[in-house]
Amino acid sequence: MGPRSHVRLVVLHVLVMSLLLSLGGRLWYLQVMNGAHYKKVAADNRIREIVVPAVRGQILDDVGRPLVRNRTALVVSVDRTALIRQRDGGRAVLQRLANLLGTRYDELALKVRLCGPGIKRPCWPGSPYQPIPIDDRVDARKALQIMERQEDFPGVTAQLEPVRDYPRTEGATAAQALGYLQPITQDELNSRKGLKVTGFSGVDLIGRDGLEAVYDGDLRGVPGDRRVLVDNRGRVTGIASEQPPVGGGTLVTSIDAKVQGIVEKALSQAMQDARHRGDPADSAASVVLDVRTGRIIALASFPTYDPSVWTGGISQDEYDALLSKQHGQPLISRATDGQFAPGSTFKISSLPAAVKDGYSLHGIYPCPSSYMVGARAFSNFEGESGGDIDLHRALVMSCDTIFYKFAYEEWLRDGGMHPVKNPKDPMEKMARAYGFGRRTGIDLPGEAPGRIPDRAWKLSYWNDTKKTDCKRAKTGYPEIAKTDPARAAYLKAISSENCVDGYVFRAGDAANFSVGQGDVLVTPLQLARAYAALANGGTLWSPRVGKAVIAPDGSVRRRIDPVKSGRLPVPSNVLTYIRKALTDVPKEGTAAGAFGGFPFDRLAVAGKTGTAEVYGKKDTSWFASFAPANKPRYVVVAMVTQAGTGATTAAPAVRQIWEGMYGLTGKPPALPDGNVPDRLPTLAPDGTVNAPPGFAVTSDDRQPAPAKDKQPVPAKDEQPTPAEDRRRAPAKEERSVPANDERSAPAHRRRPR
Amino acid sequence: MISEYGGALGRRRSLPARLLASPARRLDWALLLAVLALSVIGAVLVYSATRADGSEGFLKKHVLNLAIGLILGGVTTALDYRLLRAYAPIVYGAACLGLAVVLTPVGATVNGSHSWIVVGGGFQIQPSEFAKVGMVVLLAMILGEPRDGEVGPGRRDILLALALAALPAGLVMLQPDLGTTLVFATVIIGVLSMSGAPKLWVGGLIGAAAALAVTVWWTHLLKPYQVHRFTAFADPSADPQGAGYNAQQARIAVGSGGVFGNGLFHGEQTNGHFVPEQHTDFIFTVAGEELGFIGAALIVALLGVVLWRGLRIAREAADLFGGLVATGVVCWLAFQTFENIGMTVGIMPITGLPLPFVSYGGSAAFANFIAVGLLQTVHLRHNPYE
Repeated sequence: MGPRSHVRLVVLHVLVMSLLLSLGGRLWYLQVMNGAHYKKVAADNRIREIVVPAVRGQILDDVGRPLVRNRTALVVSVDRTALIRQRDGGRAVLQRLANLLGTRYDELALKVRLCGPGIKRPCWPGSPYQPIPIDDRVDARKALQIMERQEDFPGVTAQLEPVRDYPRTEGATAAQALGYLQPITQDELNSRKGLKVTGFSGVDLIGRDGLEAVYDGDLRGVPGDRRVLVDNRGRVTGIASEQPPVGGGTLVTSIDAKVQGIVEKALSQAMQDARHRGDPADSAASVVLDVRTGRIIALASFPTYDPSVWTGGISQDEYDALLSKQHGQPLISRATDGQFAPGSTFKISSLPAAVKDGYSLHGIYPCPSSYMVGARAFSNFEGESGGDIDLHRALVMSCDTIFYKFAYEEWLRDGGMHPVKNPKDPMEKMARAYGFGRRTGIDLPGEAPGRIPDRAWKLSYWNDTKKTDCKRAKTGYPEIAKTDPARAAYLKAISSENCVDGYVFRAGDAANFSVGQGDVLVTPLQLARAYAALANGGTLWSPRVGKAVIAPDGSVRRRIDPVKSGRLPVPSNVLTYIRKALTDVPKEGTAAGAFGGFPFDRLAVAGKTGTAEVYGKKDTSWFASFAPANKPRYVVVAMVTQAGTGATTAAPAVRQIWEGMYGLTGKPPALPDGNVPDRLPTLAPDGTVNAPPGFAVTSDDRQPAPAKDKQPVPAKDEQPTPAEDRRRAPAKEERSVPANDERSAPAHRRRPR
Repeated sequence: MISEYGGALGRRRSLPARLLASPARRLDWALLLAVLALSVIGAVLVYSATRADGSEGFLKKHVLNLAIGLILGGVTTALDYRLLRAYAPIVYGAACLGLAVVLTPVGATVNGSHSWIVVGGGFQIQPSEFAKVGMVVLLAMILGEPRDGEVGPGRRDILLALALAALPAGLVMLQPDLGTTLVFATVIIGVLSMSGAPKLWVGGLIGAAAALAVTVWWTHLLKPYQVHRFTAFADPSADPQGAGYNAQQARIAVGSGGVFGNGLFHGEQTNGHFVPEQHTDFIFTVAGEELGFIGAALIVALLGVVLWRGLRIAREAADLFGGLVATGVVCWLAFQTFENIGMTVGIMPITGLPLPFVSYGGSAAFANFIAVGLLQTVHLRHNPYE
């Protein structure tokens, strides 16, 4: 080699050695100087914390039949974060998945996007880091393909997970009472301590309504913690530490599946029959209450829906249907959240109020066909005159004019249009004592308080509405005047009247109140517990659906008992008097038609019809009852909106319910000897449920599916006359129903007296 | 003079003595021992990286590869390197043919590079490894022609060398195999400068390489994954799932080894397969994690011995051709060593190059041992009078 090469060789020598030295230096820096740091990073790298889900508890009825249970399903889920990381954002994977599952790519793409403002369902309402369940009815072959061809389906998993199952035992749906689950939202994760995302898509759900929501903490259980060693693909190579999950508790309710099934059948039958008669019958509700304990035996609301639509992600159509008015908003539990004018069923409050105010319980009062309240005549229903009658008769034949008289005279004594300083308002006070106008405190969410339209309410309502009324008093109703000048003028007159003194509690308000009309609103549950108080001697319960929570090992974790929330300020002789009067209603009074041929010797049913007029709509049909009359055990209340008189629609439904509960039509009774179990069903550690002594979980009398048996049809001649000629007192509008219903324009709210 | 080994004693010479007297005695033993040590360490590390799969398949194949490599190296050692001049065109032609075949449908793609020919029976050939041998021999042949009076090669020789080198380099770039391309560039510059070529050529070539790199960079001729690999080393968090992930995991594995390492077979990052390609390109992370600074530095030192001996052989070569062959081998191995370890410790971008003598891989092992054989044959014949 030449001299030039030698020099360059030395340069190369130096270069090579310095490169090696720099490698050594870098190793020194990484391993010696920063070794501790990297050791810690490495530990974080390979230990994963896994939340082990606790299986959610079941919901059982009073003898241990399942209302909600779990079934194991193969759930296909998609990990959004893994999809996003893919080069095409997961498009190819979703396309393959859509092909495999027999659906379309765009449908899957909609399901895996995140819900947010302006994004309609379907979308994922849960945390972005949770796997999103796509399908929970995948057959094993497809699931296997997904798991075995992970290279084709990165970010997609198929695993066995427990999902909610609704067996509809004995035909009982109780959809609104049971409620439903929805994915935990990020907000809920942040706000509720102890909630953990498990990564098991089927379990990261939270009760969003009904019992599932109220008892979520009991049903959910405590997820376990497992720290595992993983490799780069997340495959578990070992366990570092483990804390097992504590299973969710089983909720035993006081709902009896058999009675619930009977109630639902009776209601849907009543709605069907009303529709055959030409009424819309657009909603219905029913409550069965144990008067001695305040426990709910059945709670039904129509229209209803199949709760299994929530399982495995709800589709856009299904979700729209649940919310749409066209489908009657089936999510709303009308038994607890719906507010309706109670009509004459309200008289069990007005009567003792009058007696307390000094009217003799044994007095004889005139029942003319109409009564002058101030300058306006308030008529009896159908304009009948009853002659001079006692209060017993007034209840049996449902005379209104007696109550108008009481209310008007009391109103005058309170000062009339210029009220005294502390008006007595006996009827309003008694209504509040019966628990109306406030929530019952039942263990269900979304309960409505109802409304007692007393003086304070009128004032606050006037404050809310006078601005609009006063504006309308000036401008009138030009848009209505175009087509109907008379009506526009009439509305303008009301507006100016309301503008000036809309806060005054008027004679007409008092008269309407006494018969459960006007602005009075109650929930079916409130009415049921008022009748329970009447039946049990005066105890007002805060009812409960839940009875106890049982731990997976069978021990009772906690008991849930109804709370006494008040006592009726009514002497027992007055209560006895009213109960006796109501005993005659089905026998010879307004409900005699519906109860024609009823075996009163086997079960003495007492009750009261109610026909509430609703402005612009057909009447709300009510029947509130209790039995056995001499020693009451249960209250049954039924209500059907836009369905005619109480006698026509609600009373037959209630009759059907009593017959089913006590087995009066030859079938075995739903309640053996008319009893519900006091004791709880027991849970064996293996999960089998044993009914309390004297009761059986399995039923031997499977009901045929669309049963069309013995619907008591009222005798033809006892059918009430059509609606036109029975306009009574003032017409009112319904301002009841659910909170999300739009309220009608305030100017329309009051009719002239 | 009485022979020390004469008489009865001489006839009954022991076997070691006989071996010492043979040409084997004149082998560069430091070089050979360093290579063997690296091979043994490499085999153990390959086993450590692959034993989690529950089989010793990789280890067995690796040992087989090493054995074949040793034979190829021995044959090369036995050849008079001067004869290689005659064979150089054949070696070169075979290398180019192999590289061309790879680009046909016969070639197979592994890890994003279309660099393989599947032979069958689970064996694959990577022609670019053998092309490195061809490149070294060809450049040395052209630029190491015996010259009279001239200090360095003439312009014609240089242009011819560059032209012939451009063919395999172009074929490799088409695969695309950035790592091998860079090895070629290093070898070309190294051999050219050591051949005594004028400064202008050497400087111009380095400048041209730099300019080409910049051009390629700015005109986005590189595929996106190549750019990613290149930039990820600077900021591993930029692409935590791709090349950045590799760089980050490699750094974590090496760093967590500390001074003494977690012990052989006790590397938890290794057992968890956090570092990809751990038995091939990222084998050094196993050493870093399980053997610590001590073990990692030992490997660097052993590779240093190999390069140092190679440079010594280049300096003491009997002729320019031998010197340039040795220089080419040193440039090749040096670049691969620095690039491979550099990328695992985060001071070089990630390219697909194995660590000489340590990484798993048949073609690379064969080529590396042939390279050692080249060094040995040049060393054996460094005395022109023998």
